Order: sequence, then C-alpha cells, then structure tokens
Amino acid sequence: MNIEGIISVSYIIATILFILALGGLSNQETARRGNWYGIIGMAIALIATILGIVTANYIPLFVALLIGGSIGLIAARRVQMTQMPELVAILHSLVGLAAVAVGFANFMDPDRLAHYLGVELTIHDIETYLGILIGAVTFSGSVIAFGKLSGRMSGSPLTLPGRHFFNLALLVAAIWFGYQFVLQSADGGGMQPLIIMTAIALVFGIHMVMAIGGADMPVVVSMLNSYSGWAASATGFMLGNDLLIVTGALVGSSGAILSYIMCRAMNRKFLSVIAGGFGTGGGTSAAASGEDQGEVVAIQAEETAELLANAKEVMIIPGYGMAVAQAQHIVYEITKTLRAKGVNVRFGIHPVAGRMPGHMNVLLAEAKVPYDIVFEMDEINDDFPKVDVSVIIGANDIVNPSALTDPDGPIGGMPVLECWKGGTSIVLKRSMATGYAGVQNPLFFLENTRMLFGDASDTLDKVFKAL
Amino acid sequence: MRIGVPKELYAGEKRVATTPDVAAQLIKMGFDVAVESNAGAAANYSDTSYEAAGCSVVSVDEIWNDSDIVMKVRGPDDEEASRLKSGQTLISFLWPAQNPELLQKLTDSGVTALAMDSVPRISRAQKMDALSSMANIAGYRAVVEAAQHFGRFFTGQITAAGKVPPAKVLVIGAGVAGLAAIGAAKSMGAIVRSFDTRPEVKEQIESMDAEFLMLDFEDEDGSGEGGYAKVMSDEFIKAEMALFAEQAKEVDIIITTALIPGRPAPRLVLADMVESMKDGSVIVDLAAEQGGNCELTEPGKVIEHNGVTIIGYTDMASRLAAQSSQLYASNLRHLLTDMTPEKDGQIIVDMEDEAIRGATVCKDGKTTWPPPAPQLSVAPPKAKPAPAPAPVAEKKRSVAGPIIGMVIAGLALLGLGAVAPASFMAHFTVFVLACFVGYMVIWNVTAALHTPLMSVTNAISSIIIIGALIQISSENEVIMWVAVATVLLTSINIAGGFAVTRRMLEMFRR
Repeated sequence: MNIEGIISVSYIIATILFILALGGLSNQETARRGNWYGIIGMAIALIATILGIVTANYIPLFVALLIGGSIGLIAARRVQMTQMPELVAILHSLVGLAAVAVGFANFMDPDRLAHYLGVELTIHDIETYLGILIGAVTFSGSVIAFGKLSGRMSGSPLTLPGRHFFNLALLVAAIWFGYQFVLQSADGGGMQPLIIMTAIALVFGIHMVMAIGGADMPVVVSMLNSYSGWAASATGFMLGNDLLIVTGALVGSSGAILSYIMCRAMNRKFLSVIAGGFGTGGGTSAAASGEDQGEVVAIQAEETAELLANAKEVMIIPGYGMAVAQAQHIVYEITKTLRAKGVNVRFGIHPVAGRMPGHMNVLLAEAKVPYDIVFEMDEINDDFPKVDVSVIIGANDIVNPSALTDPDGPIGGMPVLECWKGGTSIVLKRSMATGYAGVQNPLFFLENTRMLFGDASDTLDKVFKAL
Repeated sequence: MRIGVPKELYAGEKRVATTPDVAAQLIKMGFDVAVESNAGAAANYSDTSYEAAGCSVVSVDEIWNDSDIVMKVRGPDDEEASRLKSGQTLISFLWPAQNPELLQKLTDSGVTALAMDSVPRISRAQKMDALSSMANIAGYRAVVEAAQHFGRFFTGQITAAGKVPPAKVLVIGAGVAGLAAIGAAKSMGAIVRSFDTRPEVKEQIESMDAEFLMLDFEDEDGSGEGGYAKVMSDEFIKAEMALFAEQAKEVDIIITTALIPGRPAPRLVLADMVESMKDGSVIVDLAAEQGGNCELTEPGKVIEHNGVTIIGYTDMASRLAAQSSQLYASNLRHLLTDMTPEKDGQIIVDMEDEAIRGATVCKDGKTTWPPPAPQLSVAPPKAKPAPAPAPVAEKKRSVAGPIIGMVIAGLALLGLGAVAPASFMAHFTVFVLACFVGYMVIWNVTAALHTPLMSVTNAISSIIIIGALIQISSENEVIMWVAVATVLLTSINIAGGFAVTRRMLEMFRR
C-alpha cells in the first residue's frame, strides 16, 4: 500500500475542506456548515498524519492532544462574548509560538545537513529563519494585543522618540543576522544568530503593537491573524509540506483582506496604522477647531423613551461603549418592545466599531438580535433621511460629520454613518470627552442632537422601564 | 427671591404667566412664588392647585409691592407700569418697537425689564422662545376655528349615503404657526397646500405631508435675517398674487400667517379673491393684529363677506389658555434657569449671555434695546462649504504605485526562479495559487461574520501541528519534547478556535 499517496490525498481533501470552510463563512446561511468543513478537514489531516507519519512517542502525543483540546474547549465555553477580541489575540499568539518551536526543532534535527545541499540548504535556512521570525513577531505582538484588549495594559499608543528608526534598525539587524545564520549554518553552526534574531523579532512585535492605540485594534487583530497564517506557510516551506503552505496562505490572505477592509473603513493607509501613534499628530488642529461649537442639549431617559415610542423608523448605532457597558441585552429588550409597537428598529454597524472586525455583530448576536435587522454601513447610509430617531450607543468617531466636511482633519475622508441626516440623534455617552481620534464631534452640537449622559447600561435600563 | 404673578388685566386675556407644575419647579430652584388670587382661573388653574404646588396666593397689592421679579404675559398697562419700582425685574411680552413710551417709562423707573418677544432666535434660546410657542398654538387654534365655521368635514369619506370630498386647505406662510396649522389640518384629513417665499421651507412643508406650491419664478430667496421672511420684489408679488387668485377658486379654507418683522402684514388675499371663493369657505387671518393678510379682515372679529367667513381673532393663543399658559410658563422657567446658574433663587442678568442680553430691554435706568445683532455662530449650515472632493487627488497618485509594485514583484519572482531549485518552485507555485484562492474566497465575506471568520482561520492556521507531528517521532529527546509542547499549544488552538466559532455561529439567528 502506498502510504505516501494516501497521505497526499488526505491532505488534498483537507485543503479542499479548508477552502470550503472559508467560503462557507462568507454567508450567514452556510456559516455553520463552513465551520464543520473546517473541523472535518482538520480531523482528516490529523488522522492521516498520525497514522502515516508518526512512528513513535504516541503516549505523550495523545496526552498533549487531550490536555490541549480540553483547555481549548473550556476556554471557548467560558469566554464572554465581550472578551472575544482577547481570546482571538491569545489564540494567535499560540500559533506564533508553535511556529517558533517547530522552526527550532527543525533546525536542531541533525539530519538536516544530510538532506539539503548548496542552494537548497540556503533556501531551507532562509525558510527556517523566516518561519521563526514571523512566528516570534506574531507571538509577542499577540500577547501585547491580548494585554491591551483585556485591559491589563493601557490602550493608549506608546510613542517612543524615533520609533520609526528603532523599527528600521531592528529590521536591518534581522537581515544581517539572517545572513550570518545562513553562512554559519552551512558549517553546522548558526544557533547563536538564530536566537538573537528571535529576541529581535520578539522586541519588534512588542514595540509594534505597543505603538498602536485602542481603536486601531481591529486592524491589529486581523493583521496578527494574517501573520499567524504566514508563519504556518513559512513552516510549510521549511518542511516541504504543501498542506501547511496552502492553509497558511489561505489564512494569511484572509487576514490581509480583513486588515485592508478595516483600513479602508477608516480611510487610512495600512502602513500608517502599523506605524502607530495615531491621534497625537492632529491634536493641535483638532483642539483649535473644537472650541466654540455651541452648546449640547441634554435629554432624560423618559423623554428618550417617548421619542422612541413615537418614531416610525429607529436606527441604533452601537460602538465600543456598548461592549464596555455590556448593554447589548437591554438594547435588544428595547428593540423588541419597540418592534412590538410597530416601530421599525434597525441596527447600523460601522466596519471598525469595536475592537475587532465584526465585534458588534457578535455582541448583538449574543443578545439574540436577529441578523436580518442588523445592517452594514453601506447598506443603510442612504436610509438616514427616512429615520426618525438614531440612537448612538458609545460611539463617536464613526458618526463624526467632520470626516466629510473637514477633509484635512485626522479622520477626514473616513466613511461615517450619516445619522445627522435623520430626524433626531440621541447620543449615549459618559461625558463630553472626544473619541479615540481626539477630534471634537460637531454632531453633538447639532440642533437635532440630544445627549443622554451616563453609563449606557443604566440609562438604557431607565429608557426601557419608561417604555 | 420672590416671584410675583399678577392676574392679566387685558380684556379677554385668559393666559397666566405660570402654572402650578412650573411653579413647583421654580420653587425647587430656590424661588418663592406668589400668585394673585384668581390669576389662573381663566386658564383652569385654581388657587388651590397653586397652593398645593407650594405657592402663596396673595392680593394684587402684595404682588406689586413685595415681589423681586414680576412675571406677566402681556406687557404692563399704564397703571401697572407705575407700580413697578427700581430694583424689581419684569419679565413679559413688551414689544419695545411698538411701545416706545412704555419702554421709556420702565427705563425711567429703574426697572430691569426682559421682553420675551426679544429673545434672540438662536439655537440655544429655542427653549425660551415664547413667540414660537405661541405661534404653534395659534396655528393649531386657527384650524380649530376654521373647522367650527366650516360647514363640512375636513376628511373625505365614502359613506352609505354617498361620497364626501375632503376639504382643501391653503396655508400661506409656513413659519411655526403655518406648520402647526398644516399639521392640525392634515391630521383632520384635509388636503393641505402651502406657500412660502422662503424656498428652504419646502422640505419642512413636504415633511408634514403637505404640498408645496411652487412659484414659477427666477429664484429669489425670501429668507431674511434670523429665519424670518423679508419683503419681496414687485414682480414676485405679482406672480404670487396670480397663484393665490387661482388657488382661491379651488380651496375651501385659507389660513394666512404671513408676517415680515417690523412691518405691516403683506396684503395677499384681495377682495376679488374672497369673492371668487366658494360659498361657505373660511379664511383665518393670523396676521390680523398687524393689519391682516386679507384685505377684508377686521381685527378681533369674525365677519362674513359674500358667503365667506373671515376670522380675524387676535387672541388665538389666549383661546387655548391652559395650553398656552403652560408653554409660556415653561419658556419663562427656561429663561430663569439660565439666569440662576447657582440654583439659589438669585437671578443674575448676565449681559455677556447672548440670549439674556437680547431679551433685556432696560436695566439700571438705561435702555438696552435694540441689542447688537446676534452672532449666528451656532447656525453653521451656510457657513460651511460643501466637502471638497478629496479622493480625486489620491487616485492620480495611486495609478503609478501598483504598476511599479507589480513590476518589482515580477522581477523578484524571475530572479527567484533563476536561482531556486525545482522542488522549491513547485511549493512556491502552490503557495501563490493558494494566496489567490484565499483572496477570491474571502473577498465576499459579510462584515457581520468577520469575527467568526477570524476565529475559524485561527483554528485552521493551527495546521502547523502537522509540523510538530512530523517531528514528534524524533529520537532526539529535546526535539521530541519541543514537538509535544507544540502539539499541546496548537491543540488548544484547534479545539478552542472551532468551538468558539461554533458557539458564535449558533447565536446568529434570523
């Protein structure tokens, strides 16, 4: 029996299933099936590898599988939906760490020099080097992202003086040690430059994510997602394993596309997000134009309830503040009550609302909001003139009209939800502080805007009672 | 400080300057409130209800002698004005432009007087804009009066006995009163048309579900300062009159609300138009006090001319006394709230505050009317230019970028192909193709599923476990244990990633 052939076929099936899994995730109806494709694909790949390639050490293997699997299942069951960004970040770090471990283990394999010669050895070394590099960056970056997202670390960007030069120096050093590594490895050495490079990559990952602030987190999380894919792909090259290459490339391009979508939603260049320090440069001009905007009109929960009950079309625009206040459940209670009264309540989601791509959708889904009343920005932005009341819950920059009126501002040109075109906008906010971008929001001073101050969860509770 | 509310003396005036509800709020702000006996009787607010709210009910002399602040609806008559003394504050409608003698008298007596009709039309002062409150009521009441004198339904009906056509209502002037009239007439079922010289109110009219009558005329903007109308050119008026003459033949009810600040009301409905109207038609002239929009209006009276009823009441707001008292009292309360920043019952006439400055007509023996023109800093719509189309410049730059990028990438690939061995190129082909497949597959993902997509790709990227599985059977102990650790890490990821994705997807329900 040709074991190699069977393994290859299994890998091809697994690859196809992974592609189907990603394809299935593109649509609500097929998403659950997509997840199953992924699970089956992974199972086939694992079984084929364990049966076909592993020849010894079964006991530690299964123990590790069992322990790891249980930890994963428990974590997945226990996690709060508001903590999803943290969970995703920490899972990314595991992939990065695994890539580093596999790379080192591969390098330590004494058969390596016997297998590869000349150019092949050079290429193999570069692959190993790259795999470890990307893995290490993914690992340390994800750990920092986890710290920031879970609130264990300050979310504000760390801007060291000359940070761009620091990054550049790290990059140059990594290339130079790569050259050293290739030279030394041909003679059987190379461990030292490899370890130094790993340290450099770890520092680079930490520094990169430290410099990026809270609201740019959707880009960071999807970028790390992408990196974890590239790490797997690089490992695949190193091992000459097509399954790893293909799967890694799929994940890598998926994360890259998500990053691109997020950047486009903020009208920012990917590089400028990664370079970090956003919101500090435009501070002065924002402060200057932020003065003398007029006065805001506050509103009470009871009046809000009345406005909502008398409206025909209501649009709810959630932001990170809703996640912080855990207000999604009470939001849906209000939605149900209003819909029972014949009010057409819909949700408008900005692509970068929250700390992770699709963060708001997950929270609303958790509160059992049916997904056919949840709309993307592009779907509903033209409907605002027909909307009677827009409720903005803990969002700021994504409803800032100055993105359109002030093209040179820090958020100029960013597509925003144009709620001010509707009847009344009710803004739930804890204070008058500016949003992440540090830009004053002229929306708050418009005549048809009312401010409902206080913790979103408490005030919405009052609104619900008044209804 | 003590607030005194006397009974209104003007004949037929039923309103009162505060209601029990509002008085209670004033008391909360630290004021004492005294109300003249029977002050609210005509508006259905009894003395006992004032007492229940915490007011004292006192005689007229006590009001004028002991109050620090006197609140009224109408301006004081001669006798009342002479009872005011230095140090007291008067808040009421005063119409300083029309009543220069009263203003002089108040100035001479050293009274601080705030005219509710002079509150500037700025966004912040809307809550104390008593003119708008009263105009709103007048517009509503105009429709009620018209309905009373109109011998038919407003709404169209098809009954067993036959068909009833809906009434057609023309509202001239779509200010606050006009819009209120449109709303009231519309909700009674009439077909409503409206005309205004200011084109920007077209949207407001249409938002009330009424028809905006367009005048076929080269654009002349009738908007004057502060959102009021201005005088139009002769040609415009001619075209306007032709439109009204044509409409008069068709409509059943005309409600006119056209006013230009500081001028007599424009004559818009002439005698021959009235004569061309159907018998039983009704005209309500809300501009009667300023001379009337209709030629035949007699202020304060209802007359009949050639079968058409012309209502010229000048006290529409007073005819809805309970409602107008309540809104007027709320306007006063908002003004007082702004004047007592400490909430200690001590008012401060802050001449730096635009709204209060505008309303104050005399203070410390000096006439402070008219106020300097309001700065319309809070009304930005015209000041801000349309957003500049920025993307154009960006596009130009981005054409060259991708081409250069692709050329470099192509050269790099060629260079790679020149040196790399065949086995590497095979893997590399697979890699590039997989990138494209990923690109194609992911591109259509709905934004709602971004988070599940990330967690599932995260689980899938743990395929790196294969690498560890390949190494786990190594005889080298170190490699073996590193591989075991890797298997442990990645299996957390596999199980966790798929399980949490499943959990999330279970929540997405239609």
